[in-house]
Amino acid sequence: MTATTTTQPVAQAAVRTALSTSARPPLATGLSASGTFWWRAMLKIKHVPEQLFDVTAFPIMFLLMFTYLFGGALAGSTGAYLQDVLPGILVMTVTWITMYTGLTLNRDIQKGVHDRFRSLPIWRPATLVGPLLADGVRYTLAAAMILTLGLVLGFRPGAGAVGLAAGVGLLLVFAFSLSWIWTLLGLVMRSDNALFAVSNMVMFPLTFVSNVFVGVETLPGWLAAFVNVNPITILVTAIRGLMHGEPVNGEIGVVLAVSAGLIVVFGPLTMYVYRRKS
Amino acid sequence: MQAGTGLAIEANGLVKHFGTTRAVDGLDLRVPTGLVYGVLGPNGAGKTTAIRMFATLLRPTDGSARVFGHDIVAEADAVRSRVSMTGQFASVDEDLTGVENLVLLSRLWGYSRSAAKARTAELLDAFGLADAGGRQVKTYSGGMRRRIDIAASIVVTPELIFLDEPTTGLDPRSRNQVWEIVRALVAAGTTVLLTTQYLDEADQLADRIAVVDHGKVIAEGTSNQLKASVGSGALHVRLVDPVQRPEAEQVLIRTLAASIRLEPDPSALSVRVSDAQRVGYALAELSQAGVTVANFSLGQPSLDEVFLVLTGRPADSQTDGDPQTDGHFSTGADAASAESSQEANA
Repeated sequence: MTATTTTQPVAQAAVRTALSTSARPPLATGLSASGTFWWRAMLKIKHVPEQLFDVTAFPIMFLLMFTYLFGGALAGSTGAYLQDVLPGILVMTVTWITMYTGLTLNRDIQKGVHDRFRSLPIWRPATLVGPLLADGVRYTLAAAMILTLGLVLGFRPGAGAVGLAAGVGLLLVFAFSLSWIWTLLGLVMRSDNALFAVSNMVMFPLTFVSNVFVGVETLPGWLAAFVNVNPITILVTAIRGLMHGEPVNGEIGVVLAVSAGLIVVFGPLTMYVYRRKS
Repeated sequence: MQAGTGLAIEANGLVKHFGTTRAVDGLDLRVPTGLVYGVLGPNGAGKTTAIRMFATLLRPTDGSARVFGHDIVAEADAVRSRVSMTGQFASVDEDLTGVENLVLLSRLWGYSRSAAKARTAELLDAFGLADAGGRQVKTYSGGMRRRIDIAASIVVTPELIFLDEPTTGLDPRSRNQVWEIVRALVAAGTTVLLTTQYLDEADQLADRIAVVDHGKVIAEGTSNQLKASVGSGALHVRLVDPVQRPEAEQVLIRTLAASIRLEPDPSALSVRVSDAQRVGYALAELSQAGVTVANFSLGQPSLDEVFLVLTGRPADSQTDGDPQTDGHFSTGADAASAESSQEANA
């Protein structure tokens, strides 16, 4: 054994030193732990930049596709349609990419990385809150892509930069709240494929059966009834109003209430499932 | 730390069901502090499930366990701050570099930014990974991967570390490195609980061994006690001339008083040996009788043989619910514990 020991790059003495020198620091606070998980999500973007396709390529594709495909038919000209459809596509894209939150978590759990985090004596929601906050960065990036391209194509918001910022801010609040649903599903579903299928099943009707592409007044009554109560419709109306300087205080109130409701229901539910998961 | 005194783990009738599967089925375990404790068993024996419960990652269906006196359900946080777990597969982030992984964990353990960096450098040095620190973990070899896993588990010195099959799939050199690390860990006062499928590994490292099968401990003791209960292994003999095999068989039956197994190879035969001392005598008798031996070897009992003796069936067989097999279980366990107490008294 002695002969082999000398060839090891692992020095017994060094390992022993590494073990003995570790005086324990005080445990990380919940805020610090969340920040660390936020940092991890940022590092993952750095190492796997192609994961940003969904927040860069997709929005551009959607915007160009829908503007030029439907613009002439629905609003007479692409320029006129853009004023209406851009806030809609903004909402659709950002709400759509919230579901990647659940997918990332689901893969972490399957790979076992999560086990290491769960075996640490840290504030437990940090493993979920950190990535949710990091997703805020992704949502902002996607929103910036769409707005920039929109302005180039001829989107002219009546309320200027303040309106744009207010609209994006409201969207981020809603997206953060919606992410909790995907986080819960990410914990519950067995595979990322199943999760993807379920997420799509929810997001397709929610985003398309809304006022993103067409006015509610063109729809048959029964469909209009659904579209009018669809939170996506209300959010789109609110953001259109904010960006074009129309009064939408009622809609903003509804969006904030729905967001708060989502967090109040799905936040604790997610944490409950997370703790009980075994 | 309570090195040398008390128990690191005390499990009483621990049970974990997944649907109808009884992964852990009434596990009793007492792991003293300050040593390497081996949990030996085939795939599916419930080793990993048991460890995941001790590390507070799973809730037991029934029964209870205490880690350093803290209940794994009611005092999970107290347990978490004392133990560290190195999983069978991933447990560091493959997309991140070695440095990033260790800084991440150091930060979570409460180190400041600069202290986290210093601690990371120290750990990478100690585990011979300083050069690879800037590379993504998915580019690491199996051995490096296992070392970064262990390094990640000792960012702060745990009182108890779980190593779940730390050398499965490693080449011999990497395996030796992991063994060296385990020895260093225990020398520094950390209790190590390792699971393994290899008797050889348990033999090399573990001060005490529990053999687990179907979610239960079926034998417990030191490596020597375990082997004594199994016998020292088997003598394999190959003859120059197959014609002499019946003659050789007679000689071996007479000298070793054991049943002979005739191998498919017409010139080979093997005998289970209870006393290695008698092997020299048996070989001398063969030569005396004019039987020419081409080669012979005395094998350590394999995990398979241990299982065959303890359970009456090979380790890889996963058939359960057979009452006859269950009968063998208790006999094996009783025999082993009888041996244990005998040696403990001596």
